[in-house]
Amino acid sequence: MSTEEPKIGVFICHCGSNIAGVIDIPQLVEYTATLPNVVVAEDYRYMCSDPGQDLIRERAREKGLNRVVVAACSPTLHEPTFRRVLESMGLNPFFFDMSNIREHCSWVHTHEEEAALEKAKDLVRMAVARAAELEPLVQKEVDVKASVLVVGAGIAGIQAALDIADAGYKVYLVEKEPSIGGHMAQLDKTFPTLDCSSCILTPKMSLIGQHPNIELLTYSEVREVDGFVGNFKVKVERKPRFVIEDKCTACADCLEVCPVNVPDEFNTGLGWRKAIYIPFAQAVPNAYIIDTEHCLGMTPIACGKCKDSCEAEAIDYEMKPEILELDIGAIIVTTGFKLFNAMEQLEYGYGKYPDVMTNLEMERMLSAAGPTDGKIIRPSSMKKPKDIAYIQCVGSRNERYNNYCSRVCCMAALKQARQIREKYPDINVTIFYIDMRAFGKGYEEFYESTSREYGVTFVRGRVAEVRGSFDSDRIVIRAEDTLLGQPVEAEADIVVLSCGIQAAENQGDLARVLGIQLSADGFFLEAHPKLRPVETNTDGIFIAGAAQGPKDIPDSVAQAKGAAASALTMVTAGRVKVQPYAAVVNEELCAGCGICEASCPYGAVKVVDNVAQVTEAQCKGCGTCAAACPNEAIAPQHFTMDQIIAQLDALFQEAR
Amino acid sequence: MTKKNWEPKIVCFACRWCSYAGADMAGTSRIQYPPNARVIRVNCSGRVDPQFILRALKLKADGVLIAGCHFGDCHYVSGNYQTSRRVELLKEYLKEIGLEPERLRLEWISAAEGTKFAETMKSFVNEIKLLGPNPLADGGPE
Ligand SMILES: Cc1cc2nc3c(=O)[nH]c(=O)nc-3n(C[C@H](O)[C@H](O)[C@H](O)COP(=O)(O)OP(=O)(O)OC[C@H]3O[C@@H](n4cnc5c(N)ncnc54)[C@H](O)[C@@H]3O)c2cc1C
Ligand code: SF4
Ligand code: SF4
Ligand code: FES
Repeated sequence: MSTEEPKIGVFICHCGSNIAGVIDIPQLVEYTATLPNVVVAEDYRYMCSDPGQDLIRERAREKGLNRVVVAACSPTLHEPTFRRVLESMGLNPFFFDMSNIREHCSWVHTHEEEAALEKAKDLVRMAVARAAELEPLVQKEVDVKASVLVVGAGIAGIQAALDIADAGYKVYLVEKEPSIGGHMAQLDKTFPTLDCSSCILTPKMSLIGQHPNIELLTYSEVREVDGFVGNFKVKVERKPRFVIEDKCTACADCLEVCPVNVPDEFNTGLGWRKAIYIPFAQAVPNAYIIDTEHCLGMTPIACGKCKDSCEAEAIDYEMKPEILELDIGAIIVTTGFKLFNAMEQLEYGYGKYPDVMTNLEMERMLSAAGPTDGKIIRPSSMKKPKDIAYIQCVGSRNERYNNYCSRVCCMAALKQARQIREKYPDINVTIFYIDMRAFGKGYEEFYESTSREYGVTFVRGRVAEVRGSFDSDRIVIRAEDTLLGQPVEAEADIVVLSCGIQAAENQGDLARVLGIQLSADGFFLEAHPKLRPVETNTDGIFIAGAAQGPKDIPDSVAQAKGAAASALTMVTAGRVKVQPYAAVVNEELCAGCGICEASCPYGAVKVVDNVAQVTEAQCKGCGTCAAACPNEAIAPQHFTMDQIIAQLDALFQEAR
Repeated sequence: MTKKNWEPKIVCFACRWCSYAGADMAGTSRIQYPPNARVIRVNCSGRVDPQFILRALKLKADGVLIAGCHFGDCHYVSGNYQTSRRVELLKEYLKEIGLEPERLRLEWISAAEGTKFAETMKSFVNEIKLLGPNPLADGGPE
């Protein structure tokens, strides 16, 4: 402990009525003033505002404060703000503690004013006791590597990568599929302007392929992330594509000879591809790949026809997976979404009736480059349909699947309905909906004109069942019309399920590898829903696009640009502060038993000459060693034994 | 204090990455729960020294809740596995010294699980109410 007598100033925030509406602030202030070492106890409407910060500075000057406690919101939100206030007046920023009387008190005990006041008193007393034990720490600055890793190359990842590369920094763009583009590459036209998706996406894709600052790693996945902000060590696995990217000229000679036919994923299984294939014509990189699952065999060679046919000698059956080790300054995660699996909602008959399809399948069917050359046909009969019905909110806004609204399916249905009516004025389109959501710029207008000018029929009501008709090859839809308050039955030749948007496959595994969190709905969790929407709680890792939550293209691009700017701020500064929480050993108490060494998840502590030694750069300050040490000889800074004991003792000392 | 209006006093150690954030989430979602616990923020549940727990119980805490990330989610890879082992051992020890092991509870609460945090508080407070005050409070077993 420092020798100086602690002089603590406690500042209590009303947070408007958020705290003051529940907790009796004058009483809390009066009580706080009686606590040991407290020389100032004051309240203010918004402590985090400029006048609030000035108040702290003024009182600190007047009364010679050397520690500050702010009782307000969660430290996650404003600890950095108040630490800066201390810094600005020449005080060590670690002489600060925050007492969370909002999230942990007034907001959760709203109707128990008395108990909330008692709890707030306890929380403030604990923070004051801890403050007296705080020690000055030196916040180290470390260099930030001038490179950014972008994971996932849909439109969000593509945009983020381009922005950073254009600013002059190195980007590693990792995509798990053989081509970049994500879902946008599968779309035909895009709402609300109906520009052709490929026409706005593929120029960006080819820029990626050619940019001198971008190293594109397709068919690759992030396996390990080590290190910390500014200095991540990332291991990326490049899976073998068995075709040498640089040599392949995409001449398609191999297609002629490959004897294997496989349902084509890009066309959502509506078409066929070979075991050697290119996902789509504008793929980047424009190189083929061999699908090992369906290839007749490469080692030993069972067929070998593609290799024989390849004049460019681009095929290498011996290709092995490769692990690349990258030094990275900041990471942006843009792994997008997965379409809700329509099979799960049994009552809609997907998988049972061939004419029940998903919105993404319809998207492929509408595409001139798609499996039907843009013609709408019934998969069961290959004939033109007369009636098409859309069912909205499949897998969304439903307790059994996902509670949230997927945000894009209403607009996607309107878009497709309009495209269908434009191409085939004689096909009727009916949309069954709970309520149509058209929230974006130009969206409401699009909705209006779709119903007015394009003659699309809307029926309000959740569909109960989809089944085959008993006396024809049509499909019957049973619903409750909630506007008319009566059941309705309709027949259609094609039923399109407006499947919702879900977190990408294995999002949880990636979260673990990166050390970031997921929200309850499975998407990545942002550091703050309003003020830090593209940051995660792990410094140096950012998120954007549908990976953070259902989103359309404009919002995905906006977020991607935000994440790129945030990463660039860090990378261009070249230096970043790291928390000085590394463990410290008290050599007099250390017995050299090595228990800490065994408990440390990072190998950051080793016993050398009978004393534990911490490698600061490796230590993350988790404190597992401290809990394990039988001699209290090791502890992470800012979470020392004395500090935590002080909180505990203060808690159980009688409050009143 | 009479037994009738006795309210248990609980201390909760929560790791900052998951469970403290989960408690914050309960707050932002305005989920109401009993006001019996006070949270001490630690970096990782692995920081919770058995001594903290024993001291809390000696100081007459009626219950101690340790909350950390789910297995596999610990920000420090394996801190919570060690927590889990320590808590198991400590429960055995509590039995030996004549304290109900139920007074010590370990829960995995993610940053998104505001509801779980609140539910845990409710059920823990109820459980402790059934157990009654910490017997050490009346100069019981040491
Ligand atoms: C039927 C339908 C129609 C739509 N129509 C429109 C429209 O008209 N207008 C509009 O604005 N929006 C539309 N949308 C929404 C649009 O598709 C999304 O907004 C957009 O695709 C989001 O882009 P993204 O980059 O965030 O995600 P994605 O497009 O999903 O891209 C994510 C990328 O990350 C890759 N990836 C995933 N996991 C990993 C991993 N672990 N490692 C490496 N790479 C990984 C994926 O392979 C993919 O390439 C539509 C959506 C659907 C379903
Ligand atoms: S566990 Fe404690 S006593 Fe043993 S080597 Fe580590 S610091 Fe020293
Ligand atoms: S605090 Fe201890 S256990 Fe944690 S990383 Fe540092 S040395 Fe290892
Ligand atoms: S960080 Fe939450 S338990 Fe380790």
